[in-house]
Amino acid sequence: MDSSMVLSITTFVYGFASFLYIGSWTFKKELMAKLGMIILILGFAGNTFGILMRWKESYEMGYGHAPFSNMYESLVFFSWTMAFFYIFVEYKYKERIIGVFGTPLIFLAIAYASLAPNIHDKITPLIPALKSNWLIAHVITCFLGYAGFAVGFGFSIMYLLKPEKKKQKFFWSRLPSTSIIDELVYQMVIFGFLFLTIGIITGSVWANSAWGTYWSWDPKETWSLITWFIYAILLHLRMMRGWHGKRIAWVSIIGFMAVLFTYFGVNYLPGLHSYL
Amino acid sequence: MKNKNIYTNNVVWQFFASIKLAVVILFFLAATSIIGTFIPQNASSAFYYQKYGEIIYKIFSILNIFDMYHAWWFLMLLGLLIINLIVCSINRLNFVWKIIFPENIVFNVERFRKIKEKYKFVSKKNINELKGQYKTFLEKKFKKVIIKNTENGVAFFIETKRWTRLGAYIVHFSILLLLFGVIIGSLFGFKGFVQIPEGKTIDTVKIRKNSKIQKLGFKVKCNKFDVSFYDNGSPAEYKSNITIFENKKQILIKDIIVNDPLKYKGITFYQSSYGTTSIKQVSIAIINPRTKKTYIKQISQGQEIILPEKRGKFVFYKFVNSYNFHGHNLGETFIGKYIDNNEKAFKIIIPLKFPLFDKMRKGHFIFKIKELEKKYYTGLQVTKDPGVWYVYAGFIFMIIGCWITFFLSHQSFCIEILEKEKNNNVLVSGISHRKTQNMKIKITKLGQKLMDM
Repeated sequence: MDSSMVLSITTFVYGFASFLYIGSWTFKKELMAKLGMIILILGFAGNTFGILMRWKESYEMGYGHAPFSNMYESLVFFSWTMAFFYIFVEYKYKERIIGVFGTPLIFLAIAYASLAPNIHDKITPLIPALKSNWLIAHVITCFLGYAGFAVGFGFSIMYLLKPEKKKQKFFWSRLPSTSIIDELVYQMVIFGFLFLTIGIITGSVWANSAWGTYWSWDPKETWSLITWFIYAILLHLRMMRGWHGKRIAWVSIIGFMAVLFTYFGVNYLPGLHSYL
Repeated sequence: MKNKNIYTNNVVWQFFASIKLAVVILFFLAATSIIGTFIPQNASSAFYYQKYGEIIYKIFSILNIFDMYHAWWFLMLLGLLIINLIVCSINRLNFVWKIIFPENIVFNVERFRKIKEKYKFVSKKNINELKGQYKTFLEKKFKKVIIKNTENGVAFFIETKRWTRLGAYIVHFSILLLLFGVIIGSLFGFKGFVQIPEGKTIDTVKIRKNSKIQKLGFKVKCNKFDVSFYDNGSPAEYKSNITIFENKKQILIKDIIVNDPLKYKGITFYQSSYGTTSIKQVSIAIINPRTKKTYIKQISQGQEIILPEKRGKFVFYKFVNSYNFHGHNLGETFIGKYIDNNEKAFKIIIPLKFPLFDKMRKGHFIFKIKELEKKYYTGLQVTKDPGVWYVYAGFIFMIIGCWITFFLSHQSFCIEILEKEKNNNVLVSGISHRKTQNMKIKITKLGQKLMDM
């Protein structure tokens, strides 16, 4: 059994976990959500194991590099960071139902890695530009940032779906109180922002040691800065102008659109990051 | 004090001190930055003219869209952001400073009484006993404790991490420091480029921006360039072996690879590109397609050899990095000249990608490259940037500042003992300058400790 197989199985495990969460919400069965968490942790373990196996396989093939070098590997790692964040949040805030808006994202990223026709799971050698210790620091911090924003996006959607008036029987009313969701969105955004900041900085220091310039306005760099600006706006609006709730949820959604474009969209534009 | 009010109440000052302005500037920076990711930057005028047509080309030229991140309007936005950042920080720092370093600490019990979420418990101990116990415990845990007698008991007041209110200003300062580094770099540094053929020495480089020649003050020799490939054909490593000479003395030798540049006297050399300058020696196969007989000959550039079977002469004319054949680029190509016995010359083209290309000519011989030893040049990016340390310092401050702003806060706690006949009520409450979830947990923990005493 190789890492691709382990990661394919992980995809189904994650899929099952999000199915359980959605089921728990729909049928009001707390037990399903509890089971969902257990399955999610199993998936996370499989995901971790798959990444480590792939790392080892790359050494066996004689390439010897961390599995962060192409679209497939980055998506698998993106799922890992989101799962990591989500498990942490559920543990800390003791809210189960929020998994409905967190777990599907974890499943979608890894499913996209396995199923998209233009994404290959072959282990390839590193091109000279990527051969650096900065690779690991840069990728881990960037993807922790992306994951924070992704989970924050899930919670923002949840906020917007939550009805304002209290109607106990209504389906959407089973979500946590708006003040808790609002707090959750904010927490995710500050984690995301801190890691995106470190991600941009490590990338910049790396670029300076590889090319002799810490900033070159390459489209991926520029889009990460655009993302940074949007979340900086969000933080100023919330901390200094007292924005909360719906308005912050919308800014967080716009921010996540910028994250998606930084991640996927930029690959269709020419630039230094064309390999990822 | 009065003087201060005159300028802080000034309309212009107030305009630049507003958070609204900061949000608007950040929005415009984000929105306009998108343009440069869709319109290629710093390409040739001809490219833009062809792609966008005359009218749009003219409009874009005026707005400097083709180098928009250095355009006057983009730099103006950045300038506005800097002014906004400075004015806004000074404006608020004034207020924050008074909280961090107050002349006398004001302790208002009423403020804490209004808090709904409190940790409450009842103690049967005597109020003086409680007071003594709490005083020793709190003074040990937090250095400074204020004790105040209230109308019906006593209250303890503690403050921690006042300085964390500076977090946001550390982030703002880091941005200024970073931009200062950028300016220093562009004023006193340069970004240049140089191509050095193997075995050759240079002492100047060409500045990228304006193509001016920059003297280095020392000499740089490329001893050897190497490129290695993986089995699947993708490049594994580009390596230049470089020697630095100063005053005819050899200073150092180093291999430069991507991600491992050479630094000397504040100037850094980065592996950037490479190419072939010439061919040292070629081993050529001369095949007679009818008899299947193959002759191997060695030839170097410009050399003339006598062909076997008394079929005339062959000259190695030149080697080119690209060759246009009926509109197709054949890539690296060997060009030779075949001279028959009647002194008639034919051009022989052998692209490295298509070794049997010469078969098409249907001549007496097929000329094929068997082996060739190339001579490379290395392309080095040459940079001097005295501002980079300010930029890096800015990076560090930015991370620290973000951490403080997001995860630490100025907190004050109040423990009030309300004296009742037998059972004294103890109320624990706290205020954080950011509404953090942690406060609740902290209050509970502190309350439980006090209760268990």
